[in-house]
Amino acid sequence: MPSTQTLIQAEHVSRDYRLGETVIRAVNDLSLEICSGEFLALLGSSGSGKSTLLNLMAGLDRPTSGAIHVRGQNLAALDSQGLARYRRETVGMVFQSFNLLPRMTLEENVELPLRLAEIDRPERSRRVARALERVRLSPRRQHRPSELSGGEQQRGALARALVNQPAILFADEPTGNLDSATGEQILLLLREIQDTLGMTIIMVTHERPLAERFANRIAVLSDGRLIDHFAVQTGVRA
Amino acid sequence: MKLRDLSELAARNLREAILRNSLTTLGVAVGVASLVAMLSLGVGLQTLASDRLTKSGLFDAVFVTSRRDFRGPGGDGPPRKSSPPEKFKPLDEDARLQFAQLPNVVDVYPQIRFLTDVRYAGNSYSTNVLGVPESSRVTSAFDGITGKYFSSPTAEEAILQADFAKELSPQPASLVGKELVLRYAERRAASPEEIAKENDIDKQLDAMMSGGISIVSREKKLRIAGIIESDPSAGIGGFGGGRVFLPLKVAEQLHAAQANDVQDFVRGGGSGKPTYAALTIRAKSPKDVLQIEDAIKKLGFNAFSLLDASKTLRQVFIVFDMFLGLFASLALTVASLGIVNTLLMAILERRREIGVLKALGATDGDVRSLFFAEAGAMGLLGGVFGVALGWTIGQALTWGTTIYLRRQDLPGVKISHVPWWLALSAIAFAVAVSLAAGLYPAGRAARLNPVEALRYE
Repeated sequence: MPSTQTLIQAEHVSRDYRLGETVIRAVNDLSLEICSGEFLALLGSSGSGKSTLLNLMAGLDRPTSGAIHVRGQNLAALDSQGLARYRRETVGMVFQSFNLLPRMTLEENVELPLRLAEIDRPERSRRVARALERVRLSPRRQHRPSELSGGEQQRGALARALVNQPAILFADEPTGNLDSATGEQILLLLREIQDTLGMTIIMVTHERPLAERFANRIAVLSDGRLIDHFAVQTGVRA
Repeated sequence: MKLRDLSELAARNLREAILRNSLTTLGVAVGVASLVAMLSLGVGLQTLASDRLTKSGLFDAVFVTSRRDFRGPGGDGPPRKSSPPEKFKPLDEDARLQFAQLPNVVDVYPQIRFLTDVRYAGNSYSTNVLGVPESSRVTSAFDGITGKYFSSPTAEEAILQADFAKELSPQPASLVGKELVLRYAERRAASPEEIAKENDIDKQLDAMMSGGISIVSREKKLRIAGIIESDPSAGIGGFGGGRVFLPLKVAEQLHAAQANDVQDFVRGGGSGKPTYAALTIRAKSPKDVLQIEDAIKKLGFNAFSLLDASKTLRQVFIVFDMFLGLFASLALTVASLGIVNTLLMAILERRREIGVLKALGATDGDVRSLFFAEAGAMGLLGGVFGVALGWTIGQALTWGTTIYLRRQDLPGVKISHVPWWLALSAIAFAVAVSLAAGLYPAGRAARLNPVEALRYE
């Protein structure tokens, strides 16, 4: 269950992109608070700015104006090394196209964040094994991504996102490349993990039914603005 | 990221595009090989020349003459314009002992050279005799001798110069082992006591008038040990001009009258003690020569060495090596462009991967280090293979040259030499050039915006 403690606070955040002479405002003066333990769905049509907002909160991008505070720390004030540390220690990410590195086995892909965090090898093995177990992919650990189905790849990506025990999991259209049944399985897994680990999940989606079924709260974006946000009381309805 | 993890990731990335990376590494190897082959040739030739010169005994020698000798050390120099009015020290046995005690002096020997009459098969031949120090045994002065070098430092043997041997016999080689007779003038010094003991008053007067020096005709039988084709170690203070060579100790024991004895007598300075026309001092190594030369000048003698000529030779080789290195470096420069190209291609191909790494928490430094490690690994592998290839090319050159020389009835030479410092420097240079080549691509990869990189298809 979400707590009332604010984890992420976006204040008047804007993000502009320059396309030749034209300036496109992908996120426009947006303010939003996310509490610890929430499962928030960012809902909106294509180009509404939901992925841009996700990238800003995940520390992959910087706002043109405004501030994003995570646990009281302003991300805009961090240098590139500070942002990298934030992504490494606080954040886990899942993408629409899985983004597992094709040259590595599943196990090596999951181990990658631990290498970057300079975790000792024995500890790495333990954590990788646990993460793969959690997503029920232990038997496929030696397989390369090309040898896995779409659902397995996304579960592998989920294991990689969880292996560093992050406080926040960002998922950018995690079901976008999956059929509806597999997508549902992934979201069920996400909810299960959230219930077990108590982490905060922020998911970008354009599928309203899925958002309503799995998220605790929905924030609706349009043209870079937050037009609505509301709690979903029912939670998972399998 | 830890170094081990970085190395593992770099090795994996290199393995994945194995053909392209191998070709790039081969380019580096060829560049390094040309560098090593060229420089090994320069080093080899320098070593060859230095060895020959060191063995000749010219560059570790100091030639000493008395200051009263108005001519230069070889007797060929112009006369001095004025003679300083100082008291000249004689170049005698005392001076020789004094020189022998100087630091880093290995040997001090006189130049014994006198006129003689050689008797062989009933004929008489007038020629020059020269004493040869024992140290010539280890130098290359008597390389290519027909027969043998002197069996011992006191052997009553002679080595003949080939032209002179031809005068004695139409088949010079047949002379080896035969005997010849040397007729020479012995210089005898009579002490005042000896003169006083002389009963014949006329002889006593002659002895007193001649300053205590008498000349007596003597003969010496010598076995011909060998015949030398070339003039051994010709040049200043060497053995040039001699046609019959004797072991120095044997030549000294003959007490043959030399040109400076006459000079002593004419100057009225005949002390009765034998003096030397010149002494040669052999130093431990060429680097000690200058210090010995200074010490001898301070003792009041003329000293001269050929070290300056050797310095010039070294300078010539340094310039030669620099030019060879410069041309060979061009090949490595081309190879480094290959590395730039390969890494830029890799960035294009792995753009998304860089985005993922950054999303997972890799710093700009991690990404930069990864590309650096890949460039460095290509440089290291290329360097090692290049040194091996360069060494092989050098060996092939030596082999080819040796075959050519043998066909011309000349001894083979090692014209290529890869010392350890050249091998290590070449590898280090290859790594440095590769890292420099990786500088731009690695910087570019590190600066990639993760959002744009992740969007890249």
